[in-house]
Amino acid sequence: MTLEDKQQEIIQDFAMFDDWIEKYEYIIELGKDLPIIDEVNKTDDRLIEGCQSRVWLDSEVENGKMHFYADSDAIITKGIIGLLIRVLNDESPEVVAKADLHFIKDIGLQEHLSITRSNGLVSMVKKIKMSALIAIGNN
Amino acid sequence: MIEGNKKTFKVRDIREQFPVLRKTVYGKNLIYFDNGATSQKPQMVIDAINHYYSKDNANIHRGVHYMSQKATDEYEGARVTVQKYLNAEKSEEIIFTKGTTDGINLVASSYGELLSPGDEILITAMEHHSNIVPWQMLCERKGCVLKVAPINKKGELILSEFDALLSSKTKLVSVTHISNALGTINPVKELAQKAHAVGAKILVDGAQSIQHTKIDVQDMNCDFFVFSSHKVFGPTGVGVLYGKEKILDSMPPYQGGGDMILKVSFDKTTYNELPYKFEAGTPHIAGVICLAKAIEFIDSFDMVALEKHERELAEYAQDMLSTFEGVRIIGEAKNKTSVVSFVIDGMHPFDIGTLLDKQGIAVRTGHHCTQPLMDFFKIPGTVRASFAFYNTKEEIDIFITAVEKSINMLR
Repeated sequence: MTLEDKQQEIIQDFAMFDDWIEKYEYIIELGKDLPIIDEVNKTDDRLIEGCQSRVWLDSEVENGKMHFYADSDAIITKGIIGLLIRVLNDESPEVVAKADLHFIKDIGLQEHLSITRSNGLVSMVKKIKMSALIAIGNN
Repeated sequence: MIEGNKKTFKVRDIREQFPVLRKTVYGKNLIYFDNGATSQKPQMVIDAINHYYSKDNANIHRGVHYMSQKATDEYEGARVTVQKYLNAEKSEEIIFTKGTTDGINLVASSYGELLSPGDEILITAMEHHSNIVPWQMLCERKGCVLKVAPINKKGELILSEFDALLSSKTKLVSVTHISNALGTINPVKELAQKAHAVGAKILVDGAQSIQHTKIDVQDMNCDFFVFSSHKVFGPTGVGVLYGKEKILDSMPPYQGGGDMILKVSFDKTTYNELPYKFEAGTPHIAGVICLAKAIEFIDSFDMVALEKHERELAEYAQDMLSTFEGVRIIGEAKNKTSVVSFVIDGMHPFDIGTLLDKQGIAVRTGHHCTQPLMDFFKIPGTVRASFAFYNTKEEIDIFITAVEKSINMLR
């Protein structure tokens, strides 16, 4: 499945929801399901400070594919992180670096990636792309 | 209806004057409970902005032409409106700024120049960042020492600790009148007496009090009082620094430029007198004129009735919220107003705020620019509902239902 296929899959999932309540209930469920990062790994170098919620992000490259681990103290933020990780995991650093994450807008969650939201997600996407560029450079 | 020369307080009539309150958000009627961040604008202020740029726009203090004279008259008239509203002795004591933050920075920068290494500045643990950071910067620059008077678990200033920190070394006390995060009302008149007793000056941060209570700077006997226009139904980008004439006179200019000078040569420049000494450059003329309109608007109401209504709203909201399991009210001062800050066990304020937003309710979530205060309560932030006199009990009922729905979704 390509990165674009994964985005389309999420867009289709969200098309089934009738209203904002169903949509946010789903995001909250995703947030609850996302593996929690161990407290010991919630170190400052993994922390992305948002004004509102905090995000911790870690990544690794294995056999040329990237893997992300992330957590947040806010469950909605965490749910959206879950979606981002679903799209970006198992992709090469080149694909991650160039990824156009349009699905966020398509499913009506673009406000969460706006600067005013201050939830750390904007910085998280930047950091994900940065880690992909570093992985390309190291290769 | 007029009682004395004040209008009777009728919420429905007041709401009619605020066009934004008729707005729908996500298909729901907007409920605006973020008045601590900024207040909405009445039609007369919006009209005044339009009128100024349509009919009266000109630069002030420097034109022989009719338009400049008219704009100058309006601008200086606004100064008198503010002076009277604050009950300042003289209009020269009213300096127009960009806002509360700008006013505090002006004092920190200019009055700060008169301080020496070892001099102390006393603030409280409930200050907004804008009443912390300028003093930290001053301390770094001049070798002064910042002291912080602690608060109790209810969010009240501990007066005995405040007294203990005051000494002959204290040169300035800078304290919020009403806490933006907790709603606590500080006894500023008493604090002014205490400050003066040790020879210190006192600055009162009125950002949160200006729209909720009548201010009398002479009765309060503060040396400086600062506020922002946008918190009191006026435009953004403009504010006021009140300062006692003698003190302002003793202070060096803050910024250099046009309007603040008497004579400029490359050898020596002489500065203009008050208030122009502190108003370098073309000011926010439209903003100042429309701030005066906003003050005329609020001054047309009986402030006591207005305060009572806002206090009742806050108490009602607090009582209703307290019925939910796991809800903790942050800030339970005996003397508080118009703000209800709360946290819910196991739920992040950001999540609550996001779900309330989807239900058409605007609240503030986060640390409210008071990180040290949040650290004191050991919380990442709160959900804050802050009320204005155009809010209603019915809106609080809808808000309470929405909070319940949000809790159920997150549980």
